[in-house]
Amino acid sequence: MLTATFAVLFYTATVVLVLGLAARVYLYARTPAPLRIPTTPAPTTRGGAALRVTGEVVAFRSLFRGEKLLWLLSWAFHVALLLVILRHLRYFLDPVPQWLVWIQPLGLYAAYILAAALIGLWLRRLWIDRVRRISTPADHAALALLLAIGLTGLGLQHFQATDIVAVKAFFIGLMQFSWQPLPAEPLLLLHLTLVAVLMMVFPFSKLLHAAGVFFSPTRNQPDNPRERRHIAPWARALEQDAPQPKQE
Amino acid sequence: MSQESFQVPPLAADPEANGPPQPETEATGHVRPHPAGPEHQEALGFPGEIPDDWQERALARMESLLERNRALRVYMDACVRCGACTDKCHFYLGTGDARNMPVARQDLMRDVYRRHFTPVGRNFPSLVRGRELTREVMEAWFTYFHQCSQCRRCSVFCPYGIDTAEISMAAREILDAAGFGQKYTNEIIGKVHKVGNNLGLPGPALEDTLEGLEEDLKDDTGHDIRIPLDQEGADILLVTPSADFFAEPHVDGLMGYAKVLHQAGLSWTLSSYASEAANFGMFIGSYEQMKQIAERIRKAAVDLGVKRIVVGECGHAWRVAYSFWNTLAGIGRGADADDTYARALQRQLDPRYPVPQHICEVTQDLVERGAIRLDPEANSHYGGVTFHDSCNVARASRMGQRPGGQLEIPRQLLRASVHNFRDMADATIGDETFCCGGGGGLLTDELMELRVKGAQPRVSALRETMDEHGVDRMVAICAICKAQFSKILPYYDIPRETVISLHEVVGNAVRLDRSEA
Repeated sequence: MLTATFAVLFYTATVVLVLGLAARVYLYARTPAPLRIPTTPAPTTRGGAALRVTGEVVAFRSLFRGEKLLWLLSWAFHVALLLVILRHLRYFLDPVPQWLVWIQPLGLYAAYILAAALIGLWLRRLWIDRVRRISTPADHAALALLLAIGLTGLGLQHFQATDIVAVKAFFIGLMQFSWQPLPAEPLLLLHLTLVAVLMMVFPFSKLLHAAGVFFSPTRNQPDNPRERRHIAPWARALEQDAPQPKQE
Repeated sequence: MSQESFQVPPLAADPEANGPPQPETEATGHVRPHPAGPEHQEALGFPGEIPDDWQERALARMESLLERNRALRVYMDACVRCGACTDKCHFYLGTGDARNMPVARQDLMRDVYRRHFTPVGRNFPSLVRGRELTREVMEAWFTYFHQCSQCRRCSVFCPYGIDTAEISMAAREILDAAGFGQKYTNEIIGKVHKVGNNLGLPGPALEDTLEGLEEDLKDDTGHDIRIPLDQEGADILLVTPSADFFAEPHVDGLMGYAKVLHQAGLSWTLSSYASEAANFGMFIGSYEQMKQIAERIRKAAVDLGVKRIVVGECGHAWRVAYSFWNTLAGIGRGADADDTYARALQRQLDPRYPVPQHICEVTQDLVERGAIRLDPEANSHYGGVTFHDSCNVARASRMGQRPGGQLEIPRQLLRASVHNFRDMADATIGDETFCCGGGGGLLTDELMELRVKGAQPRVSALRETMDEHGVDRMVAICAICKAQFSKILPYYDIPRETVISLHEVVGNAVRLDRSEA
């Protein structure tokens, strides 16, 4: 019963995450950007614009210009999250590749950084009156959810010996559609439930910034409006009755 | 003039660290523009009165904007309320109004978006702060989307590049569609459609004005410097903001263009039909209005048979010209083979020059080619000169071939024209420049409190260069900046004559020694 519940939960969460995100990305990609609006100075080529977006995704370049403390906390959080997620790949891959074995300790340190950075971000949100004022319940909820996932994960590592072989068997079983029993440990079940919740709220929350950052016209457009004529499909229709130059 | 009832904010001692004020609820909630009357609304095809079904119309407009503008769509979703933008807006720094933090301004629309256009907001509005689009919300939009000058400074620091200008333009378009138009902007757009310029200055009056200016030029220089109008067959069509025809210090800039073009021996003309570079259609976010205004330039270029199109000193006008004219009216290059509309004009224009070209690009090119010479001695009456980067030039356009040319070229011209050029503090220039406080359709008297307060960050930096480097002139290349500074600098005990046109400085420096045989 427990295994079935969690199996259904994770299938559902995966479907919601993948389809929800895909639908959003499709919507962004399909919506036209009628005018050139890169924030200048901007690269003049496509390749340059791709580099600019890469700088935003990898190094949070604009945020670095905006606020150093926030940059440090959020960059540390995202890198730590990436390492922690990579570390968890061992529950889904059999055999575990060598590079994944190597990064296991890194992933563990990262978990502490993850929790510390989240606490820092939350304190900042509460401390600075400007930021406190703009916060919504959903902003606090997102931090609480991520922190709870991090803390339950650390708890599993340190305070509750978990049968990780069984956990791995459960997830591999999910992927192969042959369900294996999930250990009935409360902290583990809490950790997994929270992760499933995170996956399901992702496409409906501000976590969509992960997709949005790639589609932001002020960052991903090359600055070439004099050199090329860009015209959105809906705008072309407006040209029908425009006056034409006199023919010579 | 009525007695002003507000306090001019104190200047920041260190303009780099202009400490953000404590956010205050509705500190400038009482500052709002006059609503547009029925005649100004209807002339643009907007409802004259607020219709009974205004909410339906507003939401329908919002839906269509979400479908046709990717920026709006992405920016509604992507904000994480990190707060990096909260201390970047000149209006927030100057007023302390919590709604003038860029994210809070955006959230006026985002809250409505979540309530009406997302599943979570429709079902659990309180969790994500979803807000029904009520009359009260529309009034708040009208107030605070007219406390944004669309300067894009916040966008520079946003990790997702969220541009409040895009959101404020969309908001104004929705407001217009629901009958909540702003008088200043909509009245002016009506004048352009009818007469050809923002001032409503008809052709014959323009001709008179230009003749007077030619006489002034003769008196000043002893040379027969022409300001031609409607000259068919001229090589260059110069399109400039109509403020250049009579306002101070704009008009000295116009005379400066005339001196440069005269000395270089170029054939040029103004057009009475397209006697306006400004395009206030951008301020209300209307692609259709912007296109209609841009079509005038195209028609004038075609009718006069010119080979080049040059734009005078104006910030948002240069953004529209540089970034949008090609899209809107085919004034540019690189049209597809089957794009007969754009190709027709492109065949007419000289392929050796950028289309359109900024007057600063023209002048800099002439200097580099040795076609004109600049003598800084002619400007030795200035103690020191600094440069105000106009937001739309700095953050929404380019000059020259390389990124950042819009920041370098004006400075190169100034360094060649004066002895003592000094930049203001780093965090207040270039792409971090502070708005003058009057851009984006806010240059109207009823918003004076906002305009004065919003200028505080820029004036703080100006004051510092004045005190430390003996600067006594601030050069601008935007008609709105010039008008705004002339009006608000006296509030800060700085003479209005401090702000001048770039081409006034260049015009003084250009050596007029062309043989007039």
